[in-house]
Amino acid sequence: MTQTPSTGPLKRTPLYDVHVKAGAKMVPFGGWEMPVQYTGIIDEHRAVRRAVGLFDISHMGEFEIAGPEALAIVQRLCTNDASSLAVGQVQYSLLCYPEGGIVDDLTLYRLADDRFMLTVNAANIDKDWEWVTRHGQGGARWTNASAETGLLAVQGPRAEALVQRLADTDVTRLVYYHFARGAVAGVPALISRTGYTGEDGFELYVPAGRAEHLWHALMEGGRDGGIQPIGLGARDTLRLEMKFALYGNDIDATTNPLEAGLGWVVKPAKGDFAGRAAIEELRARGVARKLVGFEMIERAVARHGYPILDGGERVGVVTSGSFAPSVERCIGMGYVPARLAAVGAELDVEIRGQAQRARVARTPFYPSKVKKA
Amino acid sequence: MSNVPAELRYTREHEWAKVEGDRARIGITAFAQEQLGDVVFVELPKVGARVTATKTFGVVESVKAVSDLFAPLSGEVVEANTELVKKPETVNADPYGQGWMIVVKLADPKQVDALLSAADYEQLVAGGGH
Repeated sequence: MTQTPSTGPLKRTPLYDVHVKAGAKMVPFGGWEMPVQYTGIIDEHRAVRRAVGLFDISHMGEFEIAGPEALAIVQRLCTNDASSLAVGQVQYSLLCYPEGGIVDDLTLYRLADDRFMLTVNAANIDKDWEWVTRHGQGGARWTNASAETGLLAVQGPRAEALVQRLADTDVTRLVYYHFARGAVAGVPALISRTGYTGEDGFELYVPAGRAEHLWHALMEGGRDGGIQPIGLGARDTLRLEMKFALYGNDIDATTNPLEAGLGWVVKPAKGDFAGRAAIEELRARGVARKLVGFEMIERAVARHGYPILDGGERVGVVTSGSFAPSVERCIGMGYVPARLAAVGAELDVEIRGQAQRARVARTPFYPSKVKKA
Repeated sequence: MSNVPAELRYTREHEWAKVEGDRARIGITAFAQEQLGDVVFVELPKVGARVTATKTFGVVESVKAVSDLFAPLSGEVVEANTELVKKPETVNADPYGQGWMIVVKLADPKQVDALLSAADYEQLVAGGGH
């Protein structure tokens, strides 16, 4: 994980004290003081794949836009086509610079015909707020609800049974990338069937002041199901096994959606939006490099920033890498020349001056278990 | 509080040394493995290699971090725990036992005097380990 340097004091989520009391190791992340692990990254990772895990992701940002021009503004800012989104649906999308680089990746919620919520990365809240309010004016009003919103993720094969038991609405009817309003353990929530792990599960948006109550209710309700609190360390290994991009590691202002494999959320046919012309030019020209998933042949850990070599020449860079607990191999993501991007292509990763063999892998590395229907 | 066996000597970088005659067995402390988290990779010198006190002799990697190993004492490596290549998690499970890393034939046994005692090391760890 890249820790974005922060000038001010570290921010804390409403659950800071709960984490400290639970014995979490707290670390700076994107300007926030967050739990990186409780019992251990591998143990927590496996708990999510096997049973259910509870994550505090209240550090993430939530912006709302409401008004008659809300859809038009979202369409101009985001790369994906929000007009295809029904009320109650969620969409993965990007904010791009006019040059095609990525401002942030986000999930977009259609709350009503004329009202949307954007969930953005914690480290980017200030930058994104500045961006959307500067470039998205006229006929709608923006609200930054980040500080008032608590966000808990419940992920794993036992997540549905747990949330269903505590909710006053039928959450089993929700499929992936859909949401409903309801109460969970008496706390009013936006219940979203989304996540960043590849497991089935939910993300629960609640008033910040009620996050602690909900946390304890979920921990209590999930005890027999083997629930564990999960830190950012396992969140990172879980998402890496799915080849989900992490902003600041795999994508940023210097990478474009096409080379990052995110062309599927860029919809030029919908009309103009920030970055459209640049991305279309790239599409016509073809991208020079691609973000691939790779696995190490030997047990050697590739890490963010390590060079990728081909025949001893530096040709690319590792953007994420770790031992992957469910794949039981060392895996990674990185940018390589298009000619080396095919599954099975061999390359080397330079680790402490030594070339270590790696192979471009089929991704996701671990099969997705999300509830598609 | 981390386990700090009284019979061992320590470095400020969280290695331990167990002196046995003209040899010393070397590993990392319970505090070190706790700080690292799950160890997934250990790189050690080969038997016959020379290590130098205060210089790096290998690498230990956890899921999150890469950390150099610093030799507490100078000498020739006479044993290396190759089991750790296959089972690096042993460093977490048993840092003072099965998780040992190398045995060194000491070049200068007087170097032992420069290492921290268990009491000194305990104090270092109590202060946050820095």
